[in-house]
Amino acid sequence: MLMAKNRNPIRYFGRKIANFLREFGEISRLLGRTFSFIPRLGRDRILLFNQMEHIGTNSLPLVIVIGFFTGMVSAWQAAYQFKGLITFSLIGSAVSRAIFIELGPVLTAIVIAGRVGASIAAELGTMQVTEQIDALESLGISPVRYLSTPRVLAATMMMPILTIFANIIALFGAFIVANFFLDISHKVFFDSVKRFFHLKDIFSGLFKSVFFGGVTALIGVHVGLKTGGGAEGVGKSSIRAFVLSAAMVLILDYILWTIIF
Amino acid sequence: MIEITDLRKSFDSNDVLRGIDITIHDGETVAIIGESGCGKSVLLKHIIGLMHPDSGTVTVDGISIPDAKEEVLYALRRRIGFLFQSAALFDSMTVYENVVLGLWEAGERDEDKLREIATEKLGLVGLRGILDSKPSSLSGGMKKRVGLARALAMQPQYMFYDEPTTGLDPVTSDQIDFLILSLTERLSTTNLIVTHDLFTVNRIAKRVIYLNKGLIFFDGTPQELMQSSDRQVMQFVERFVR
Ligand SMILES: Nc1ncnc2c1ncn2[C@@H]1O[C@H](COP(=O)(O)OP(=O)(O)O)[C@@H](O)[C@H]1O
Ligand SMILES: [Mg+2]
Repeated sequence: MLMAKNRNPIRYFGRKIANFLREFGEISRLLGRTFSFIPRLGRDRILLFNQMEHIGTNSLPLVIVIGFFTGMVSAWQAAYQFKGLITFSLIGSAVSRAIFIELGPVLTAIVIAGRVGASIAAELGTMQVTEQIDALESLGISPVRYLSTPRVLAATMMMPILTIFANIIALFGAFIVANFFLDISHKVFFDSVKRFFHLKDIFSGLFKSVFFGGVTALIGVHVGLKTGGGAEGVGKSSIRAFVLSAAMVLILDYILWTIIF
Repeated sequence: MIEITDLRKSFDSNDVLRGIDITIHDGETVAIIGESGCGKSVLLKHIIGLMHPDSGTVTVDGISIPDAKEEVLYALRRRIGFLFQSAALFDSMTVYENVVLGLWEAGERDEDKLREIATEKLGLVGLRGILDSKPSSLSGGMKKRVGLARALAMQPQYMFYDEPTTGLDPVTSDQIDFLILSLTERLSTTNLIVTHDLFTVNRIAKRVIYLNKGLIFFDGTPQELMQSSDRQVMQFVERFVR
């Protein structure tokens, strides 16, 4: 009986879809309430600055390492694909556009989903299971205002800034590979970057990263506040936050692509 | 005054509260007892609006909690001090920050005044010289005291204690009991004490409510409870009179 019930695919997917829709509704409501406290941010600026430091400044070393290797590997990849077909003097342009439009924003966002999304979920999840969220409420403090708004806003603001760093470092990494291993002079490399440079490429990447930052923090907060089941629940929540926000980054990337281009 | 009528709450198929009626008048000290998991914390959470009833009404000073607007609810909560079972101190903050957070967020920004209040409230619960300690360095009993000081800092009109002595050693439990007793006598708060410790009940409460299987099984004085001939009540009481 139980097997048959679990195996019924219509019921299984029906339940999955119903859960997804309910959760989507909850996240939308959290988003609305999070934004409704923006006018209070003047008073709550200390909370915001703390989160900007935590999310932004403290993520910088990781973003730099990721950016550097992304740039290096994309130069190798371009060389591999160009070989015998296209002149290597165009590598600078191909690599830089790939970095500005996709690699910089998306890889930075995924790294931040792991570092920030998961840590927000773990932090708020711990607060939930130890009654600290209830304690905030009992003191007349809205957890959405106190915890969600600063985190979501800080991530929204810091993600484009981190992406700019990632872009610059990645371009540098690509140049190192091009210059040292593929014998492309810095003049040829950067001429190519400049020749096909569109401001739109950079801005579309940064535009996307604003959404990536917001969605990562929002999911971290949502998953954290819904944590149940003690310390084990906290571990599950941080994994769930990472998986959900990384998936959302890629889905949003596709949606925003169809809107922008 | 707290008025609860026909309060019902289920989680999936778990019927936790199955029709609760309680009226608590100003100045009363009421203990709520019952086995673990019988819904005592759930009941308290309904009174401060952390949980939403399936049906029934909860009003505090005439304000209907389930229907209250967020601002009204938050304003009301500032008048209700809540000591959590786990103390629920904010572990990223110092003791001082814990105690004054509610006041700070309500707009009090005078540091000297806040320090003075924190020192005074911590003194009231028998703690001094730990303003700048982190909660992780405190013992279980001290955490409870800090949690109590944090609740008192808001000058509450109501005090809710959720299992104030559970998990503490007997000596510390006694100290906390006497602390609550002296606070209820000194401050003119209305008190609701959730516990499964009959020692606490006998010492502090004038009225005791026994929750069982989602219903009120007994509502009377501690003396009446101890003399009850009901088998369920006797079973609960027996453990403490051995
Ligand atoms: N948020 C919740 N979701 C689902 N079940 C809950 C929730 N909170 C409490 N319960 C259930 O309600 C019952 C009563 O819990 P509680 O009021 O915490 O018991 P206690 O009397 O020990 O304080 C328990 O069975 C518990 O599992
Ligand atoms: Mg409880």
